[in-house]
Amino acid sequence: MNGRVSVKRRAYICFMRVVMAICAALTCMLVLFMVCYVLIKGIPNISWALLSTKPSYLSGQIGILPDILNTVYIIIASLVLVIPFGAGAAVYLTEYAKNKKIVAVIEYAAETLSGIPSIIYGLVGMLVFCEFFNMKTSLLAGALTLVVMNLPTIMRTTQESLKTVPQRYREGAFGLGAGKWRVIRTVVLPGCVDGIVTGCILCSGRILGESAALLFTAGFAHALNGFIDGLGSAGATLTVALYVYAKEQGEFGVAFAIAAILMVLTLIINMLAVFVGKYFRKKNS
Amino acid sequence: MKNKKAFGKIFEAVMHAVFLLLGLVTVGCVLLITVYLVIAGLPAIRKIGIVNFVCGDTWRSTANPPSFGILPFIMTSIYGTAGAIVIGVPVGFLTAVYLAKLAKPAVRSVVSGAVSLLAGIPSVVYGLVGMLVLVPNIRRLFHIPDGSSLFAAIIVLAIMILPSIINVSVTALEAVPREYEDASLALGATPVETYFRVSVPAAKSGIAAAVVLGVGRAIGEAMAVMMVSGNAPNMPSLFQSVRFLTTAVASEMAYASGLQREALFSIALVLFLFIMLINAALNFFLKKR
Repeated sequence: MNGRVSVKRRAYICFMRVVMAICAALTCMLVLFMVCYVLIKGIPNISWALLSTKPSYLSGQIGILPDILNTVYIIIASLVLVIPFGAGAAVYLTEYAKNKKIVAVIEYAAETLSGIPSIIYGLVGMLVFCEFFNMKTSLLAGALTLVVMNLPTIMRTTQESLKTVPQRYREGAFGLGAGKWRVIRTVVLPGCVDGIVTGCILCSGRILGESAALLFTAGFAHALNGFIDGLGSAGATLTVALYVYAKEQGEFGVAFAIAAILMVLTLIINMLAVFVGKYFRKKNS
Repeated sequence: MKNKKAFGKIFEAVMHAVFLLLGLVTVGCVLLITVYLVIAGLPAIRKIGIVNFVCGDTWRSTANPPSFGILPFIMTSIYGTAGAIVIGVPVGFLTAVYLAKLAKPAVRSVVSGAVSLLAGIPSVVYGLVGMLVLVPNIRRLFHIPDGSSLFAAIIVLAIMILPSIINVSVTALEAVPREYEDASLALGATPVETYFRVSVPAAKSGIAAAVVLGVGRAIGEAMAVMMVSGNAPNMPSLFQSVRFLTTAVASEMAYASGLQREALFSIALVLFLFIMLINAALNFFLKKR
């Protein structure tokens, strides 16, 4: 076989194989470099004092506890709000919608939303939530901005999981005399739990990494607050804090510590997504 | 009994309406964003004049008299995106072919894990690493006073668009019918020749969609670029400090007021128009498939 392939062709094949291997290796090396560099530079800077205090101007000590809490608050608030809207939209699209035009419009809108850059979300969030609804710069305004941003994600994952609910379940329920809502409540909604969980993991990752949309909606403050007070007041999430410490204050040690924390959390979220995906696939098959 | 039936009917109708409303929330959001950007962005364009605004080549928002020309930002965004595509697409595309066709399952799962990690890393972390690794090295390597430049931004963007390009291309390549490849193999082509001369052309609209998606990602990225590009409103030049459309909005928003603030919204409107064009292109390529 090989004997009949001309030298020119063999050179082409060899060249292509090498180039492909180099590109794939380059991608992996980049990831490896990013992870190792950030962890090596960051982990030595992580200390209990950094994690458990708030910044103090008196002692000049920097603590990131408020930023950690703000991140948690904003993730919780966004997820709680985005699930009903996203899952509801998905249920409408797969269960109710008969009019093809409405479906097309909603799907086009979702695609558009997922293409809009986060800085534009930040700007419009600032205009709508902070100024028009008079929420000021607050975590709640930031969370609402992120809700709009993450709507397409939850919608898509829920839709995917609703498609795996067998049509005969629905027909069986209808055949037993259940109304539409009853079928949805007892047959359809339990089936979309996988999609919502997957969506939540993806969204948490996205919220964790988001900064441009939060800069002008949630602000930069580092105050230590409870959940309810926290939502009403301005606060920096970890990413925003990283930006402020690195770009405006030149505190690279702290910035790398935050980057290392973000990197570890990203790793965890990624692994969780893979694990959950595998689990649901096994359960469904 | 009759009452109960009537109640049930009304209840079903109400639930239908509720879900319809939830479904229309997305549409409402898109309309809201569009309307708000247009309302907020038009006044400044009208005051400055569309030609002066879009074609003016100096941006001095705080000078007296101020000058609001955003051509440098538009050009920088276009050059930066083009640069990122030129570097990122070949690497991403070849990685995708490797992953979709050549890689053994074990290698494949490692590499795709790495790619999805690359997609998950927050943009500020890219910015931070770029600031401390890329920028000083560019300064040393090219003997320029400051490494914060268009070049640094291009490299960061090229890395950041890799995951989108790889993932979408892999999906497109995997959707190529097995029969096409079998036919080519049966005619005597080797596997590698088959992948590049049969599979890739068959997946070309999906790969085009991957490139367009990369363009959208690159043009919309703000934070990472802000940290490595230096932020001076110069006309784009590879080794000079530059400002993108996104960073122009982000860097002055915190303290802007009056016409300057309105002009920033107009910049966002211009960026939004670019994104809408890109979205339309993306839809075109995805529909084709």
